[in-house]
Amino acid sequence: MRAAREVLSATAGGLGYPERFVPALLDPGRATPALVAGPKGKAANKRFNVYRNNVTVSLIDALAAAFPATMRITGETFFRAMARFHVRETPPTSPLLFEYGRDFPAFIERYEYAQSMPWLSDVARIERAWLDAYHAADAPVLPPHALTSFPAETLGDAVFDAHPSTRLVCSAYPAVTIFSANRESGPVGRIEVRQPESALITRPALEVEVRRLPPGADAFLCSLLSAESFGSAAATASARCPEFDLANAIIVMLGAGAFTAIRHGG
Amino acid sequence: MSTKSTISAAMLASAVAAAVSSFAIAAPLSEAEVKAAMDAGKEKCFGVALKGQNDCAAGPGTTCQATSTVDYQGNAWKFVDGGTCTTMELPDGRKGSPEPLSRDLPS
Repeated sequence: MRAAREVLSATAGGLGYPERFVPALLDPGRATPALVAGPKGKAANKRFNVYRNNVTVSLIDALAAAFPATMRITGETFFRAMARFHVRETPPTSPLLFEYGRDFPAFIERYEYAQSMPWLSDVARIERAWLDAYHAADAPVLPPHALTSFPAETLGDAVFDAHPSTRLVCSAYPAVTIFSANRESGPVGRIEVRQPESALITRPALEVEVRRLPPGADAFLCSLLSAESFGSAAATASARCPEFDLANAIIVMLGAGAFTAIRHGG
Repeated sequence: MSTKSTISAAMLASAVAAAVSSFAIAAPLSEAEVKAAMDAGKEKCFGVALKGQNDCAAGPGTTCQATSTVDYQGNAWKFVDGGTCTTMELPDGRKGSPEPLSRDLPS
């Protein structure tokens, strides 16, 4: 399926049905396409308006379903208005609705009325990562003993294969605490956390797991996920964060099932 | 080890040993055993999932997960804790089943 935006820019003659039908779908200012007609050739403006309203509402509903914590923070009215702007600006490029919304966090980050909530886009990034992890392929996770049975003298050069579900969201705000507090339906107390939080999102088995990473572990995992060696990733994290605790970071990555295999790098 | 690294092989190995010791109980299990243990604790249960909440094991790259369209759809299943499938309480006297059911099918 071609992106509506791409279709919008198609102005050449000899347009096919989609090119003539789609442009007005997300733009209520445009007239009903001439090829849409009621019985006996009568105008079908009302019918087309119902249809295009359903297109917009269904996409807003898809965003609402994918970003429940974000909507809980903003309230439904604010969220749906924000989502409507995004839907008009960035229509889906895939017919699979669970793929929609990858650009929504970046949109929230620059959305004028969300500027007072600078952490909101990071909460949305965690929610999008949650959905990606949910739909990622199943794979067995790296068992802890694979690390101890690896030759110790070459451990520094070892590289890790990421699990298909593994996602990392680094935030300058306490995004994980805000996400966790708003993702469930229970009451949200006052959030006193101030320090930055990074999230590790994985699905080792059937349930998606979101973890708040200890200091420096985000830099460590970020390096490992970009195929840097074990030794280099540990050095990078220690250099960047004096409190970095390597053993603790290894416990987190093994417990989360962030990787599937350890290999000799080189 | 890469040249820019300042972490010695011994430090890496000791951190690994310290980390893995916290998984000591799980360590002797093979992947197959872990899977068997997990499977033993969970079982497929038909007719208990709310609409859009069913599980799926069609395999990587495919998904029928979250595709059921009515509550308690009889031919959709969900993983539940082992032993709870046929005993859990559902509205209007419904029961879950390890086999597909003919009730509550989408029209």
